[in-house]
Amino acid sequence: MSAPNQDIDQKFPLELNEPRFSVKDPKVRFDMQGDMSDEQRVETAMRNFVKDFGRTAAIYMESCIHCGMCAEACHFHEVTKDPRYTPIWKLEPFKQAYKREYGPFALFFRLFNLKPKVTHAQLAEWQHLLYDSCTVCGRCSLMCPMGIDIATLISQARHGMFHAGLVPHELYAVAERAKREGSPLGATPKVFADRVDWLADDHEVDIPIDRDKAEVLCTMSSIEIMKYPDSVVATARVMNHLGVDWTFRTDGYEATNFGLLSGNAAWQKQMTMKLVDAAIACGAKTLILPECGHAYQALRWMGANMNGKPLPFRVLHMAEFLAENVREGRLRLKKVGKSVTFHDPCQVARRGGAIEAPREVLAALGVELREMFPTKGTNWCCGGGGGVVAIHRADKLRHKVFQIKMDQIEKTGAEIPVTSCANCRQTFDDGQAHFKWDKTMHSLLEMVADNLIEDDA
Amino acid sequence: MTLLDFARGPGLQWSVAIFVFGLLWRLVGIFFLRTKPDLSEPRNPAKWKGLRLIALRSWPRKEFLEGTAFGEVMGYTFHLGFLVALFFYVPHLLFFESVFEGLLGTDFEGIFGFRWPVLPTAAITFLSAVSVAALVAVLIHRITNPVKRLISNFDDYFSWLLTVAPLATGLLAYAHAGGIRYETLLGTHILSAEVLLVWFPFSKLIHAFTIFAARGATGMIFERKGASL
Repeated sequence: MSAPNQDIDQKFPLELNEPRFSVKDPKVRFDMQGDMSDEQRVETAMRNFVKDFGRTAAIYMESCIHCGMCAEACHFHEVTKDPRYTPIWKLEPFKQAYKREYGPFALFFRLFNLKPKVTHAQLAEWQHLLYDSCTVCGRCSLMCPMGIDIATLISQARHGMFHAGLVPHELYAVAERAKREGSPLGATPKVFADRVDWLADDHEVDIPIDRDKAEVLCTMSSIEIMKYPDSVVATARVMNHLGVDWTFRTDGYEATNFGLLSGNAAWQKQMTMKLVDAAIACGAKTLILPECGHAYQALRWMGANMNGKPLPFRVLHMAEFLAENVREGRLRLKKVGKSVTFHDPCQVARRGGAIEAPREVLAALGVELREMFPTKGTNWCCGGGGGVVAIHRADKLRHKVFQIKMDQIEKTGAEIPVTSCANCRQTFDDGQAHFKWDKTMHSLLEMVADNLIEDDA
Repeated sequence: MTLLDFARGPGLQWSVAIFVFGLLWRLVGIFFLRTKPDLSEPRNPAKWKGLRLIALRSWPRKEFLEGTAFGEVMGYTFHLGFLVALFFYVPHLLFFESVFEGLLGTDFEGIFGFRWPVLPTAAITFLSAVSVAALVAVLIHRITNPVKRLISNFDDYFSWLLTVAPLATGLLAYAHAGGIRYETLLGTHILSAEVLLVWFPFSKLIHAFTIFAARGATGMIFERKGASL
């Protein structure tokens, strides 16, 4: 039995309240939570991996031909050429366990020991591959000639790892904090209400909160609340400008979902249901998600399944909401007259389907859009998604990956990079500081709020 | 009983029986698993039912072509060479027709109204040789490429061996090679195909069936979201 890392907080203090970018020299370590034997961890990991295993996942597990092409799509492999970063290899212990324990021929695999039992040491080693070096961006899923959605299997493997207590500790800590306090970064309901109050005063903007009834419920990500509060103001400005009957609510404002990122389905559901319940409570017809990638995936595409029935309201990403209003002529914008390149957040664009919406908004802003190569669905990930930006020990690798983005953006020659995901923005800010780069990532929403034509005449 | 008699008799019967039983076992084991309905509001009606992705994924996007061209070209070459040699070579056709007749009492023409087309022997020989060459190239790539070497297992190498064997023994039989009796060469050729049949359902070769299911399933999910295919 291995000693659990009960003292990990002492050995490697978590600087969750420090500025994210002040953390230097992360220590190499394997992180464990809870007190389980090695055997229990392995058994728990595998049980939870297959817990929601349906036909589609089984087809995926049976279809890999080991062609290795997915490596060509992965940014972690691209910059290191380390074969361990081949996306399908990141699932190896889970493939092994599937064949041995659950597949159609599991009996033979066990009887003749054709696939050895997965060990705790393997899972500990794979923690780095499943968390530190995978942003679940799904680029590999576009590449696979068999059509295997590898990213979905990675998420499923994370379910197993979480329940086995094998999650990188920062990710566990922020997920646990989100579950306990309602926000991973300390934006509790009280903090959020105070911030809204302060921002409303400071920026002289009306920000409705906790209204009993509203047509539209707006939500934010804790990254925006704590690090980019201008996005809160921008949301209010745009909503007020459009004359929308809207509100924030302290019982459902936090759109990030660290249950999803860390692999705890129960926490994911709990976080999702706060938003669902808040929207239902105020009778909202539309819930607008903030500029956040995984929040979109968590509510737009998984929310109804968590709810157990279709959602009684529309769910839109902020970029979709803006595009809809541009399309219908309600949102009129000043021309910016600069060259811009757009970074597609993976969970919104590639895996979410909202690819053209931000481009419609940029067209309304009159910018010269210079597309990166590759762009849209095949655009490279910033390297910080899937919870990777929260894992300090992954910084070095993440910075290597970020160089792909810098290179892509430099090649466009555009003056301003823009995105519609606060987590991407945070990753860009960190990369900018690390490389002393002269490009600052901008928010699409804030750009819109800064260029509203207030006078209809 | 000679080797050829065995290959044409019990060898064939047993290998086909194991193939069919193994295939059904594995496919039923996968396809009879439950699947949860997706309750999210679709962006697009899934009018293509995953078919678009099945077609699109047959060739990589231009963004991915540079790193995958070798695998794609070699993969298509040996797959096509193998299938053409299997289905368009006169002796193979006669063999299939005899099986048809044995089972249904009429030949292919009797059922479908036209005769199955065949290619000249020279073309089949050429394509078989090209297939073997492509398979050798694929094996060398598997051994020398760090990614493929890492992720490869027994199944990959054994499936390779059993795929190349019918092609190689077929070429040897056609060439009456090495002073070995033709009957022995032919028996070996048929046996190699039977071993391949036996191995098929238990190995990665199952992808011949699951490829369409996997692509189709992903296609349905992605189309629903409007996600990139």
